[in-house]
Amino acid sequence: MTSSDLLGITTFTYLFSTLLYVGLFVFKAKRLGKFATGFTLLAFIIHTIGIGLRWHESYQMGIGHAPLTNMYESVVFFAWAIIAFYLIIEWRFKLRIIGVFAVPFAFLAMAYASFSSDVTQGISPLVPALQSNWLIAHVITCFIGYSAFTIAAGLGLMYLIKNTQEGKGSSDTLIGSLPPLRQIEDITHKTMMFGFIWLTAGIITGAVWANTAWGTYWSWDPKETWSLITWFIYAITLHARYTRGWGGKRVAWLAIIGFVSVIFTYYGVNFILSGLHSYGSI
Amino acid sequence: MVEKKSPKGLFPAIWDFFASVQLAIVTLCTISVVSIFGTIIPQNEAPEWYIKKFGPQVARFFDLFHLEDLYGSLWFKALLALLSANLIICSIDRLPRIWKQITADNLATPPKRLMAMKRNASWTVSGDPMAVTEKISGLLAKMGWKIQSRQTEDGTLLCSQKGAWTRLGVFMVHGSILVILVGAIIGSVLGFKGNVSIVEGESTNKVRINDTGNFLDLGFTVRCDGFSIDYYSNGMPKEYRSNLTVLENKRQILHKIIKVNTPLTYKGVTFYQSSYQAYNDFILSITNQETGKEKIFMAPYQKPLEWQKEGLRFGVINEDSAGEKVKRIKIWLSDASGTPSVLWLDTNGKATVKRGGKQYLILGQQLYATGLQVAKDPGVWWVYIGCALLLLGLFVSFFTSHRRVWLLLSVKGKKTSIYMAGSANKNKVGFDKIFSALSEKLKAAMDNQHTVS
Repeated sequence: MTSSDLLGITTFTYLFSTLLYVGLFVFKAKRLGKFATGFTLLAFIIHTIGIGLRWHESYQMGIGHAPLTNMYESVVFFAWAIIAFYLIIEWRFKLRIIGVFAVPFAFLAMAYASFSSDVTQGISPLVPALQSNWLIAHVITCFIGYSAFTIAAGLGLMYLIKNTQEGKGSSDTLIGSLPPLRQIEDITHKTMMFGFIWLTAGIITGAVWANTAWGTYWSWDPKETWSLITWFIYAITLHARYTRGWGGKRVAWLAIIGFVSVIFTYYGVNFILSGLHSYGSI
Repeated sequence: MVEKKSPKGLFPAIWDFFASVQLAIVTLCTISVVSIFGTIIPQNEAPEWYIKKFGPQVARFFDLFHLEDLYGSLWFKALLALLSANLIICSIDRLPRIWKQITADNLATPPKRLMAMKRNASWTVSGDPMAVTEKISGLLAKMGWKIQSRQTEDGTLLCSQKGAWTRLGVFMVHGSILVILVGAIIGSVLGFKGNVSIVEGESTNKVRINDTGNFLDLGFTVRCDGFSIDYYSNGMPKEYRSNLTVLENKRQILHKIIKVNTPLTYKGVTFYQSSYQAYNDFILSITNQETGKEKIFMAPYQKPLEWQKEGLRFGVINEDSAGEKVKRIKIWLSDASGTPSVLWLDTNGKATVKRGGKQYLILGQQLYATGLQVAKDPGVWWVYIGCALLLLGLFVSFFTSHRRVWLLLSVKGKKTSIYMAGSANKNKVGFDKIFSALSEKLKAAMDNQHTVS
């Protein structure tokens, strides 16, 4: 069994998890709940072992490094962080319904990593600039933030869907079974605060690393600039509640816009714009 | 309750404008949108490049708005200054009010307000207020709530608070951003960013400043004793390494091998491994193995050289290279007698040549120049301290809160009636749980007391 096998299996288990959560939501099959959680947890464990094994394999190849160094590895880790964060949210707020809006992101990420021709799966050695302990700190902090923002966007979507039904009062409908708007808003806000701290830490670790490698902590290259734009979008969102007229709906939209910016910072910049930060596209 | 306070000045309206959250939102939006242009338009290319790429009219438009050096332009800096002004003025505007809340005398809170609080509980216990106060103080202190008390018209008022200082979190966040910006200004005024290329074996005391192209005297000398590249088996570069020596008044001060991610710092100036240049010249070291005499020669490609004392003539006559990297060189070597020797030598390898009764050891290396980024940034510690403060401030602002509980004890016949209220400035849902747990614990403990007495 190689790490690719395990991560390939993970892709399909997340697909099945997604179906379970959707089934739970659509058919209100509450009994599926524990099964959905249990299955996702199992998939997560396989995923974790897969990442661990890949780490081990790189050492066997004599080019040992944490599996966080190219597009494939980072997408796999992104999916891992999304599920980890989701499972914590589910446990903390006892809301399985969020799974419908969270687990699919992890599945999509894994499917992209496994099947896209843009992504090479091989383990390659580290070029000199990446040989730094800051690499691990930078990637982990960024992706914890990204995963929180992913779930915030899922919650934003949930809010907007629920909002279409607001005032109609029926809780029998599919949409009616979603949590109350206030609760969705509260969890979205908390998730974004959490993500914001980690994004901040991610930008800072990146800056410190750039300073030890190149002697500049900030050079306005496209990756840095986009991370700052993303940071600003969430800063705006977090200030919005102190401004009159910026209710839940706008914040829900901002959570989605913020996520689009995250994805552009992470993915778009590597493929569309050029800069110092080209390692991710390898 | 919300009182609008503006300092008495000529421009209270302007003050309010600069102190507003709306300005912060608009400024952040503007900086974000403007920044996008700088990520799409390649920055800091030569003027001709823009004309060639975008045409003269677009290039003129870029020039007019400094879009080719957007982040260095005056108007972008003005936006950052506006954001700073907003941060400073909103902090000055809000700090006095927050400070009042932190230092407020909680025992002076009017009972009316306590009665209006959403989180409350009330119950009755036996015993007089004095005894009950003592009991409650003890219980709460055990749970980490320090009690203050005062006799009021309505009875004995007890209050305890936690995390009053956490109200300052937002000022830490806003202040930290200013600290970072100050650090950036210090760096750009008192520091420099430059680069230098040093050929192996040579030294320099000047670096080229990136922005201006001028040379700056370092006040000391840096020598490159050697440069080398290691490759992985698949041909990818594994390590760039420069062997540097710092000299001052011709004395060796410091010696360090630098790599990418491990720079050298001397007198606040840091040297970073950033590039290299490979030459078509070679460093040949020849040793007469009988006498042990050794001499090092700089051998340009296909140029004859001579070691007169040994009577040797030699040169590099051919090379086998992959890209800029020379893998091996063909050496021609002759003395007065016999046919010349010709041999292939791996770069960084060695070979021996027999000439008559003598034997020579030859070592060959390709000549490189190391390319170094050179930076001095006395503001960087400000930036780092600002960053640490930012993270700490965000944590305090997001995940801690100012929590207060009050207990009003009043005599009711032979018993004491207790009214308990609480408030928190953030995470109210979380505080609900804390409050009800606290009141339940107190009730349970007081019931025990009741049965004992």
